Amino acid sequence: MSAARSFYQEGGFETVIGLEVHCQLATASKLFCGCSATFGADPNEHTCPVCLAMPGVLPVLNRRAVEYAIRAALATDCKINTTSRWARKNYFYPDLPKAYQITQYEQPYCEHGRVTFDVDGAEHTVRLTRIHMEEDAGKSVHDAHPSWSLVDLNRAGVPLLEIVSEPDLRSGAEAAAYMRKMRSLVRYLGISDGNMNEGSMRCDANVSLRKRGDSVLGTRAELKNLNSFRAVERAIAYEIERQAEILLGGGAVVQETRLWDADRGVTRSMRSKEEAHDYRYFPEPDLLPLVIDDAWIERVRSELPELPDARRARFVAAYGLSDYDSGVLTASKELADWFEAAVAAHDNPKALANWITSDVLRVANESSAEGETDFSKLPFAPGHLAALVRLIDDGTISGKIAKTVFSKMVESGEEPQAIVAREGLVQVTDESAIAAVVDRVVAANADKVAEYRSGKDKLFGFFVGQVMKESHGKANPALVNRMLKERLDG
Amino acid sequence: MSGSGNLGELSIEEASRLLAARQLSSRELTEACLQRIEETEPKVGSFLEVTADLARQQADEADRRLATPGDAAPLTGIPIALKDIFLTKGVRTTCASRILENFTPAFDATVVARLRRAGAVLLGKVNMDEFAMGSSCENSSMKLTRNPWKLDRVPGGSSGGSAACVAAHQALGSFGTDTGGSIRLPAAFCGVAGIKPTYGRVSRYGVIAFASSLDQVGPMATTTRGAAMLLAAVAGKDPLDSTSIDAPVPDYAGLVGPRPEVKDLRVGIPREYFVEGLDADVETAVRAAIGKLQDLGATIVEVTLPHTQYAVAAYYIVATAEASSNLGRYDGVRYGRRRGEEQGLREMYGETRDQGFGAEVKRRIMLGTYVLSAGYYEAYYSKAMRVRTLIRRDFEQAFAGCDVIATPTAPVTAFEIGSRTDDPLKMYLSDILTISVNLAGLPGMSIPCGLDSAGLPIGLQLIGKPLDELTVLRAAAAYEDSGHWQRTSAELRA
Repeated sequence: MSAARSFYQEGGFETVIGLEVHCQLATASKLFCGCSATFGADPNEHTCPVCLAMPGVLPVLNRRAVEYAIRAALATDCKINTTSRWARKNYFYPDLPKAYQITQYEQPYCEHGRVTFDVDGAEHTVRLTRIHMEEDAGKSVHDAHPSWSLVDLNRAGVPLLEIVSEPDLRSGAEAAAYMRKMRSLVRYLGISDGNMNEGSMRCDANVSLRKRGDSVLGTRAELKNLNSFRAVERAIAYEIERQAEILLGGGAVVQETRLWDADRGVTRSMRSKEEAHDYRYFPEPDLLPLVIDDAWIERVRSELPELPDARRARFVAAYGLSDYDSGVLTASKELADWFEAAVAAHDNPKALANWITSDVLRVANESSAEGETDFSKLPFAPGHLAALVRLIDDGTISGKIAKTVFSKMVESGEEPQAIVAREGLVQVTDESAIAAVVDRVVAANADKVAEYRSGKDKLFGFFVGQVMKESHGKANPALVNRMLKERLDG
Repeated sequence: MSGSGNLGELSIEEASRLLAARQLSSRELTEACLQRIEETEPKVGSFLEVTADLARQQADEADRRLATPGDAAPLTGIPIALKDIFLTKGVRTTCASRILENFTPAFDATVVARLRRAGAVLLGKVNMDEFAMGSSCENSSMKLTRNPWKLDRVPGGSSGGSAACVAAHQALGSFGTDTGGSIRLPAAFCGVAGIKPTYGRVSRYGVIAFASSLDQVGPMATTTRGAAMLLAAVAGKDPLDSTSIDAPVPDYAGLVGPRPEVKDLRVGIPREYFVEGLDADVETAVRAAIGKLQDLGATIVEVTLPHTQYAVAAYYIVATAEASSNLGRYDGVRYGRRRGEEQGLREMYGETRDQGFGAEVKRRIMLGTYVLSAGYYEAYYSKAMRVRTLIRRDFEQAFAGCDVIATPTAPVTAFEIGSRTDDPLKMYLSDILTISVNLAGLPGMSIPCGLDSAGLPIGLQLIGKPLDELTVLRAAAAYEDSGHWQRTSAELRA
């Protein structure tokens, strides 16, 4: 593996990655029937004759799902086709009750889009080949019964978008960043919860290598079961090394589908090209062609929420934040909303941004599953942080004390004013009180005072420290400085 | 009425009149049909299931409606039968297939729900070719249905039971489905009126699918007006079928009226439909029928449908492709018998489908799978779809010069049972004159126009413009009114 790694790192190979992202749409009902599309019900509770594929049933399109799909097309600069067609993808599996999936094949509803995202501060653009709508399959459960496989059809018929990228990605890290941007987009658009661990966002990666400078694509492997950002990154990294080693050994990469095994950290062969299904696609005769006219597109466009890139620019302009901080804050809609709620409660965006990008994000990440920062689980609200910054701004507490208060907020979820009051953390600004402490410190350190006065300026810090210690950190630092100067230099 | 013996020979319009006038009760009429079924069923074999209790209950309910002014519809109290392809809540629905032998639907097809609302009385479910695949009804996995006119002949297919039960006066009317001629062919073979409406005119929801882009529901009755009444009760947009057409449904029977005229009609005769292989008796009878329309004042014009010769090939590609997909769900997971000892998924699929499907169904699944498979799609399916467009265009051009097209329904009359079962290609050619109508999505009707030298009925096919069932029905009724047709075979009178 080491030869492969060094050759790769020296830039001998170029990695070529294209992603197919499946994203469940958060519609109330399924794509072709009225059953609930929500997650977490008892097995087969959300089913009806249509999604059970009883004989004689017919699909009826959920137009809300199309509206969500149009949002995704607009947010990714795709060209929307006025007429698109539904197709049947035929294969046998127990959790596919019709033995075909209704999808779009030759004529998807939109094509030729692009998505931009940052990796380590650099902007990347990935072109989208197409996005199409399709229905999800059910779920086979193989470990619930000793001798039977069970089938749960709650998910059968739930609307999906399949977002197919051009092979424009060059590393696992880029792929993961692209996925993060995609999740951010669908959440901003309000069309999907984008949760990878619940399977509402999934991805397959087509990975191949070629000698740098070659224009022809190498033989690819399709990686499946990438159910977290980390899995995307690790699986691709593994696959790059595997393929590099094969190529360096004079071998040829086999076109196949490979499954990511997160426990062992490897990909393994699932089926070869020869074993690939022949899905026998043909136009779905039970549905009319889908017509999306300009009026519909414009109505959806007018209702489109602010998207991450626009919001980022606005944060720079309206709040005077750096582009980097704005990027961090707007990467997720929840975080950006959190920030703006705090700003609404206390108008100091820069200070709030600093607190959020450092302390708040750290806490949020600690309390959330990997890669799924969840702001709803924070023990305190945006108003709490705003109150904390207001306490600093109006001189009630020092910045140092604020850190202590913040830790206590994380532990208890209490309001900062309550913590400050109970713990007696209010800053001392009473000059006579501070003068008394200064007197005590000067009297107790006569030798150091003499040294200081003989020219050892550096000792000033020592006196400040002593005063702060005596006042349990509550003395106003500016006052301490001024009064010590007057006392020692005077 | 005199005895109950010939009540079943009433046409739907006659019975409806008598029921409305309270000169006849639905219960009487229903009992007469049930009795007729009992007497003739051993010979004919139309029914897969007779729902006698349900029929009596519905008849009594219909009589209550008929007694309440304003509560009854034209079909209230009329006993009918349904092809076993329509889902009937609580009544076993098999599609004449072993794979569905234990299937009892949880809901009614839209057509069935509309018939129930109209107050029609369901006598039972009738036989068909398995999954509607066949032209003789011999592909049923359940039983053999015989032609009431001559019991050694087939009734035609696939809606053989629907035609036979009407011809045998077991029911006043029936419903079938027509994918390539499955209403018109058996209607012709059994000497009854049968109409396949425009594709999308009647909801397919709850109708077990064979070939979704071709399947269409339609009625059969002893008379054109009877068929018109049945059609009016079920036609119209259904939100559950996206391919159903949102267009107003005319009062067909009312608009046909008591004295329909054809003086304004131009009747097109396509030369491609009078070719080699057409039985001489059939040609003579159909030409005589066209002459009769001319006598009644219609203008006869020659039209051409040049792509007719490609219709059968295109049909057997499109229909089998769709069927191979539609029948995928019968995989043993929920339908079909499972021994429970199969080793793995493939074996379960294989055994279930091998034992559950008959030979013709398997043949069509294999054909359909083949024409859709990678590398063959372009050569077969795509090309067939292009042919389909050409055939539709043929009709558009022909209808620029005529209002209705008249042809024979089938090249021959009912053939002997067993005579074509070993030759699928010959069997497929039974539909040669009906298939184009399905590919073009047009309304087509078959009405009796005489008997051949063997005493078997001959069918006249009338084809209309999209959604113009009314003109077809008007021409058919005008022709029907011009003569007296023997409605019942001698064979069953004995």
